[in-house]
Amino acid sequence: MSDEYENKKGYQAQSSESISSGGGGSGTVSDADYVRPAEIPEQDLYHGHSFITKWVFCQDAKVIGVQYFLLATFTGIIGLILSWLMRLQLGFPEAAGFMTAEHYYQFVTMHGMIMVVYFLTALFLGGFGNYLIPLMVGARDMVFPYLNMVSFWMFFIAVVVLLASFFVPGGPTGAGWTLYPPQTILEGTPGSGMGILLMCISLILFVAGFTMGGLNYLITVLQARTRGMTLMRMPLTVWGIFTATVLAMLAFPALLVGALMMTLDKVLGTSFFMPTILQAGEVLEYGGGSPILFQHLFWFFGHPEVYIVALPAFGIISDLISVHSRKNIFGYRMMVWAIVGIGALSFFVWAHHMYVSGMNPWFGFFFATTTLIIAIPTAMKVYNWVLTLWRGNIRLNVVMLWCLGFIITFVNGGITGIFLGNVSVDVPLSDTYFVIAHFHMVMGIAPLMVIMGAVYHWFPLVAGRFLDETLGKWHFWLTFLGAYSIYFPMHYLGFIGVPRRYFEMYDSPYVTSAVGMNEFISMAAFIVGAAQFILIFNIIKTLKIGKPAGHNPWQANSLEWLTPTVPPEHGNWGEKLPVVHRWPYDFSVPGAKEDFITQTTPPSEVAETEVEKT
Amino acid sequence: MSDPKIEGYEFKPGFKGMAQDTGSDQTMFKGVHWGKAMMWIFLLSDTFIFSCFLISYMKGRGSTLVDWPNASQVFGLHVFGVEVPLLLIAIMTFVLITSSGTMALAVKYGYEKNRKMCGWLILATAIGGLIFVGMQAFEWSKLIHEGVRPWENPFGAKQFGSFFFMITGFHGTHVSIGVIFLFIYAYKTFKGHYDEGKRGWFTTIKGDYVEIEILGLYWHFVDLVWVFIFAFFYLW
Repeated sequence: MSDEYENKKGYQAQSSESISSGGGGSGTVSDADYVRPAEIPEQDLYHGHSFITKWVFCQDAKVIGVQYFLLATFTGIIGLILSWLMRLQLGFPEAAGFMTAEHYYQFVTMHGMIMVVYFLTALFLGGFGNYLIPLMVGARDMVFPYLNMVSFWMFFIAVVVLLASFFVPGGPTGAGWTLYPPQTILEGTPGSGMGILLMCISLILFVAGFTMGGLNYLITVLQARTRGMTLMRMPLTVWGIFTATVLAMLAFPALLVGALMMTLDKVLGTSFFMPTILQAGEVLEYGGGSPILFQHLFWFFGHPEVYIVALPAFGIISDLISVHSRKNIFGYRMMVWAIVGIGALSFFVWAHHMYVSGMNPWFGFFFATTTLIIAIPTAMKVYNWVLTLWRGNIRLNVVMLWCLGFIITFVNGGITGIFLGNVSVDVPLSDTYFVIAHFHMVMGIAPLMVIMGAVYHWFPLVAGRFLDETLGKWHFWLTFLGAYSIYFPMHYLGFIGVPRRYFEMYDSPYVTSAVGMNEFISMAAFIVGAAQFILIFNIIKTLKIGKPAGHNPWQANSLEWLTPTVPPEHGNWGEKLPVVHRWPYDFSVPGAKEDFITQTTPPSEVAETEVEKT
Repeated sequence: MSDPKIEGYEFKPGFKGMAQDTGSDQTMFKGVHWGKAMMWIFLLSDTFIFSCFLISYMKGRGSTLVDWPNASQVFGLHVFGVEVPLLLIAIMTFVLITSSGTMALAVKYGYEKNRKMCGWLILATAIGGLIFVGMQAFEWSKLIHEGVRPWENPFGAKQFGSFFFMITGFHGTHVSIGVIFLFIYAYKTFKGHYDEGKRGWFTTIKGDYVEIEILGLYWHFVDLVWVFIFAFFYLW
């Protein structure tokens, strides 16, 4: 398979081959095929030689990526189970007799924190970032493999500390994932003892571990690209992960500081965030602190965090759409600048989470304006995805289904975002189910669809086998329709004023219409959650009896598919690093023999085609 | 500094050069060691941490109802029967800035492959850092002796103690980590690990004198941060 492939596509840029195919040059290398010689020396890699150095404390970015992926998925499943318990309480309170209000608050909190930080962030940046960045930019590995390994194990410890809070006296914190003081550390809030302490420590460990990984991603992209790989020839996946990492490096410090100060308030009794306060009729020792300060610190992290999750999703989906509609991505440069622009803007919008916190009204005005400006680059991206599909040779496989599902869901969640970005609309809708519907659509379901699409797309590379399409279609349709059944009615619940984070509906005026709806939503949630196990079954089944994928099964152009072995080995490229001559989006070029031209195809080989210079 | 020699690449001056470097393949910062680029970006991230600390401090100081203590009184030192305001802190700052100078010299001698001089200067830097941390411990114990705690402060607003101990503590941790690495690097320099490219204990990366410059970047950053902390805590 591999020999035949090599002959057909000539995917290794051998200069001697390119002359024989008739470029316009003289001498040994045709002028058109000239690429500057390597300016960075060959990377010095540590090759593991025992089980522990190969699979446990491994320094290979691909193994670390898979480790990140598995651990993040594990915590994600815990988050999923927590959401089931919450939905059981909301839909069928009589069946959830074992749950108290305290349990409910704890599950809400842990579900939120796990899904946003320990699942999505770790999975996109740690999982996809580690696996794809070195392969896509043509590096042998991340630039600091040792640091990368430590990064994963810090994340591991952070997860252990986080999950340990389920087993300490008082249980995990129940203050909501935003951890707003003062109630976070006051008695009466569940988990105000050990729970919040472990949460803060776990976040600090996560940030420390992530910083180590993030430095790797950034320097690999900036300083370790292969010959010919300019920044504007990188796949958008790399751009998305790169920009998200920049955001993370600048936003996580605020979380670190907030968590540290919260820890000191809890342990030492400092009053950074604690105002003078009464508890059970007794004046506490605290006094003079500012709870709003924590909100600012938290959301200075929290808003970029949304884009830390969204930008890799944007990048990945662009690549998937392009490959599976056999067309170049519409407006590549626009897409890159939109990613960078969204990333930059995301640092100036954080207080739109705080419209009801009692800020100066002019603050609301400023932050509403910046928030709505973000709609411009985001809308550009959506148009470009649609225009990429337009008149493309669309392969309606499972990957494409996830892509289409993503676009629709993202537009949907984005539009409700415009509602909530306006102060006057946000004030009545704040803290209702409308908000829940909005952020689950835009940063829950939409990125999840990208993850699923990416799993179906890159699984043949990681494992060398195709995932089952039929099971994949079941997985997609159940998830897609189910997710809409969950979150569409929530918009309505929000409009009739059902508040979020409430343990039960009590005897409220909206109770009659909300109860039936809650039962329906809960049923849908159980089904969607269960549908995710189809994927796990599919993966296990495929590892045993899946169809072998071989080289470049999707006929893609980017470097990760052009490794000499599938799955790629440590060091990725065998003897010689690839040489890049073009961007990764040359699909359906008129005059070309195939409908794709890989990044490593020398220009002289495709001189007769109408390929653009990129 | 002159541009590095790169085969097939012609450097251009000014903005054009920057655009060309950004648009070129392989590396964006031409001839910059991976570790050095990493340290710069890490320091950018660390800048955000300290900025968050100092902005929180400004906010906390601005919103307390109790008066903030008078810095020159709190940090004064009673020497030979005279009250000298900010004496200790002036010495601390002097020592730390001086250690930045010795660090810069160590980098210079490192690149000249002058192993002995480089080693001694790193050692001098480490000792400077150690003196700084020692004096900080003295200052902390003096304040604690006078009754200042993270949760209370006899001189005024209790946030003074909280922010002071947290921020100087965080900075002191940075200095201490730097001192530990300086001692390790001094040992490695004297042993000649950078001359022969001996691999690191954990990282298995080959030694190179550029590592001293990377540590130097960190050390200068810690000094720079101290200047800001000094201004915000002692002069405001």
